[in-house]
Amino acid sequence: MALVLTDIHKHYPGVRANDGISLDVEAGTLHGLLGENGAGKSTLMKVVSGFISADSGEITLDGNLLDLKSPQDAIEAGIGMLHQDPLVFLPFTVLDNFLLGSPGSVRLKRKQGEGELARVSGDLGFSFDPQELAKNLTVGERQQLEITRLIWLGARVLILDEPTTGISASQRIDLFATLRALSKEGLIVIFVSHKLEEVEELCDSVTVLRQGRVVGAADMPVPPERLVEMMFGKVFAESEKPEAELGEAVLDLSACTISDGTTHIEALDLSVGAGEVIGLAGLEGSGQRPFLRTLAGLHNPSTGQKTIGANDLAGAGYHDHLNAGVHYIPAGRLEEGLVQGLTIAEHIALTEQSGFLIDWKRADVAAETKIEDYFVKGTPRSTVESLSGGNQQRLLLSMTPPGLDLLLMEHPTRGLDVESADYIWQRLLERREEGTAIIFASADLDELLRYSDRIIVFFGGDVFNICNAADVDGEALGHLIGGRERV
Amino acid sequence: MEATLASIISAAAPLVYATMGETITEKSGVINLSLEGSLRFSAMVAFVIAFRAENVAVGFAIAMLAGAAFAAIIAFASIELKLNQIAVGFVLALFGIALASFLGDNFVGERGQAVPHWPIPGLSEIPFLGKVLFSHNLMVYGSFVAIAATWWHFYRTRPGLNLQGIGERPEAAFARGINVNKMRYFYTILGGAMVGIAGAAYSLDVKLGWRETLTLNLGWIALAIVIFGGWHPLRVAFGCYFFGALQVAALQLQDVFPGLSQVLPIAPFPLMIVALMVVYSSSFGRLSDRYPKARNLFASAAPGAIGTVFERE
Amino acid sequence: MTASPSWVQRTSPTVIAVAVAFAFAAGLLWLIDAPPLEAFRLVLDGAFGSTDRASATLLAWVPLVLASAGLVVTFNAGLWNIGVEGQIVMGAIAAALVARIVPGPTAALIPLAIVAGVIGGGLWALLAGVLKTRFQVNEIFGGLGLDFVAAGFAIYLVIGPWAREGTASTSGTDLFRDETYMPTVEAFGTTWPLIPILIALIAVVGVYFLLRGTLFGLRLKAVGKSPTSAFLLGIPTNRYLLSAFLIGGALAGIAGSMQAVAFHHKLVPAISGGYGFLGILVVLLAGFDAKWIAPIALFFTMIATGSTQLDLRLGLDSAIGDVVQGQIVLFVVLGGGLALWLRNRSASRRRKAVEVPSGEGQEE
Repeated sequence: MALVLTDIHKHYPGVRANDGISLDVEAGTLHGLLGENGAGKSTLMKVVSGFISADSGEITLDGNLLDLKSPQDAIEAGIGMLHQDPLVFLPFTVLDNFLLGSPGSVRLKRKQGEGELARVSGDLGFSFDPQELAKNLTVGERQQLEITRLIWLGARVLILDEPTTGISASQRIDLFATLRALSKEGLIVIFVSHKLEEVEELCDSVTVLRQGRVVGAADMPVPPERLVEMMFGKVFAESEKPEAELGEAVLDLSACTISDGTTHIEALDLSVGAGEVIGLAGLEGSGQRPFLRTLAGLHNPSTGQKTIGANDLAGAGYHDHLNAGVHYIPAGRLEEGLVQGLTIAEHIALTEQSGFLIDWKRADVAAETKIEDYFVKGTPRSTVESLSGGNQQRLLLSMTPPGLDLLLMEHPTRGLDVESADYIWQRLLERREEGTAIIFASADLDELLRYSDRIIVFFGGDVFNICNAADVDGEALGHLIGGRERV
Repeated sequence: MEATLASIISAAAPLVYATMGETITEKSGVINLSLEGSLRFSAMVAFVIAFRAENVAVGFAIAMLAGAAFAAIIAFASIELKLNQIAVGFVLALFGIALASFLGDNFVGERGQAVPHWPIPGLSEIPFLGKVLFSHNLMVYGSFVAIAATWWHFYRTRPGLNLQGIGERPEAAFARGINVNKMRYFYTILGGAMVGIAGAAYSLDVKLGWRETLTLNLGWIALAIVIFGGWHPLRVAFGCYFFGALQVAALQLQDVFPGLSQVLPIAPFPLMIVALMVVYSSSFGRLSDRYPKARNLFASAAPGAIGTVFERE
Repeated sequence: MTASPSWVQRTSPTVIAVAVAFAFAAGLLWLIDAPPLEAFRLVLDGAFGSTDRASATLLAWVPLVLASAGLVVTFNAGLWNIGVEGQIVMGAIAAALVARIVPGPTAALIPLAIVAGVIGGGLWALLAGVLKTRFQVNEIFGGLGLDFVAAGFAIYLVIGPWAREGTASTSGTDLFRDETYMPTVEAFGTTWPLIPILIALIAVVGVYFLLRGTLFGLRLKAVGKSPTSAFLLGIPTNRYLLSAFLIGGALAGIAGSMQAVAFHHKLVPAISGGYGFLGILVVLLAGFDAKWIAPIALFFTMIATGSTQLDLRLGLDSAIGDVVQGQIVLFVVLGGGLALWLRNRSASRRRKAVEVPSGEGQEE
């Protein structure tokens, strides 16, 4: 039995998520699917599990051509998917979660279900209290429940999407043992991840995706350098950043513990000087966002001190941070940064004017100035949602006040064309000359290496490594992001 | 005493139908805010049709269709057109109220059909309970069935479990192969049909005839009771009977506290507000975690995805 | 990116919807053997047929405009202020309190009654706001609950402490003293409620200006469109939500005080006159834009007051007016949704037919 994907295409407006992907996995194989965020892994797996339909391409399982129009079709074909955030119903019991959606009689026989749950979970080496509420289970336990359910329903293909996010080390060991046992029984297990060590440890074969295409497929073992190169492409190591004087510390973290969902950063000590640029590296969901949000005051550290400028802002709110010279530009430009439905001039008025009446003339002039200054393709009357992503980012940057102590940015150049990206950095470096410290998260290794003084690598919800940008190259950084200390 | 209890049960029967219907609808994640309008309209239609056709059953049937039609508009507007459920429901409520008043105008004061009295042979002889529970008519017995059937469906059947999933987390239900939107259509329309029965129950049994003030805010009250009852059929039913008891008590205390019957119908609303305040408070959550056995009694949070639109991609 | 709809595309659904609504109404009338054209003529006649009637129509127009103006503010803040009915009632009760117990000349009593309305309606709305921001009670159900509590309070006053001598009747309290009557202006053979009309116009213009020309209004709109972004941009969202409730309630309260001292001159249980809910319809039809409030409210009022003629002359229930009002909004809302749906359907069909150029397209 083999799962064969042939030439899968899926595109969304403006982006080719899956650009002709072909894949071949034999029964009894643990197959790894590697790639950065945006490489197309999630889309591909959603196609295979019936969540979305491919534009073109074929999927065959055991020689049968599958027509997957809905998750129901995939389930019937024996394809089960474990989502990164297990899709369980939190207020319901373990037993109800196990039974929901399963075929069977109209009358729900819970006693019988309990027996089935005990049997299947016992075979897999798990144990559950059927009456426990799902919301009281850890992420690892919810995964176990989902795997139990999928196996019970007869899954022959098991897809796991970044399963080790947010589970403990011992749970990871258990999970891997389970997966190995399942593949020995003849299941096809597809392990989607960005974590190099785990893929190396677990998988028999691996496919690497980048920008919607397959850039490599091989049987393990594959030299890790090769994997990194395939995942991230060739990376330029030269730094083009002019050297700058670092000033007094503007940000001081002392024994700071940050806890938020799957992120747990333990007792971090960090000192950032004026004009310093710090890049946050790591795959999405590794902890960068909670870190940035804590620095912005949207989340409070559990313990420890956080000093910005001269003020201890550990427990302070977001607006206090704004007043203290901290500015945060979130990743969701339209969802979090800008107000959809308002025009450029209105945004300028919102951020710059005070008092009672709006001086539209002044707002228009200020808007015009910013539009010219930052080369925004739009007019003061343009609504922000009509701007392209690049122009939205330029607008957000233009709305950032000068003379800040700390500028926090999530993915400053994501989705931007090269020209916009270069221009954004030009303006950012200007601010650094003024003494503003910049901390930015990015998935672009090039960008991280080129502009950062230091790089903090996040992995598995914690700070994994802090290094000088000058001391690492693309390859080393790739390893660190994948959770592997390069010797 | 028995007579009082019996009258509470029969007076509350329409409310039971309406609240069971709305509970089902909201359990699937859709809010049908048009209850006041669809209830009045169904009541009017039931009376008029039964009057013209001289047949009670036909009145009930057409009323069911009317209630289902209102619900179908809401389902379509929210699922296909992605319109705001509150907006459409609210407009339909006002529209239904006005339409009922206008079309029913010619029939005000007419004496019409009534559901025939039908004591259950044997059971109605039981002392006390016989008079209270089994000496009513088909409509009231139906209300008992409605409560039992709704409870049974939610908590003892497979499709019922799926229904809970749809309203709680539609993406997860979808991933398990459930056709979320189709089910939402079905349950919304079913709920609407039950509201239709409620309207008919009112004009053909509880308060015979038709006039504009017939159902007197029952639709809004039903919405409040569904929330107060935490979307659990048994607690919602309790809310209906509790409200019925309040009404009867107000009537009987009329001499002592004149005007109480005017003010008491308001009672469900502050109760609803208090219930909402309690449910979403943190101390309440901790209480229900500490006493898992009584969990069903305390669990009062709305279905997680209520009022939202489910989109596949 | 879908192309922006043209002017024709944007207004035709509304025009068609209104036309359909009238056709539907005509159909209803025909159903009960009433002559539609005659009915429409009677409605117009009932609304503006004589100066007396025109004055009455305008008097009914005032509270609707006020309530609607308040609703425009709350809608722009992203709120469903269903509690507006209760806010009108509390404003009326507060004004009635002044009318009953505060001594003084008319020149002092009228402004006091209006201020009382502001306070009554404003505080009642603030209560709904606090329930929402502090206790997470959805403002739809909180507002609905408070509507009924206010109505209950009004009934209680009418048949209890403020009852008429002798039999307590739900037809209302005693009439207020003469000094509390809103002064009117005589012209063209009838009396005109000039002051209420002016107040209503000032309110509408004020709301329009508040939302268009002030920073407060802009921030309010930002909160309504995207609370997350508004917060990140430095706007204290809760404070703005509560302010919106306060303003909406204050205006509704003024509507209530108008009902008390300019129209009924006593407290009746149904003092809100349904203007709160009707106001929601008006604002929905106006697309949440203040500049359409006055004309749309006038149109609705015309239908409402004119419909009383239908009862008198054709023996029809005046509720037909309410039916038409409801229909128009229903069809406009559904029609708008349908138009958008049809447009999206044809756009996505066109998109699927076009070949997407391959490449490293990341720009959206």
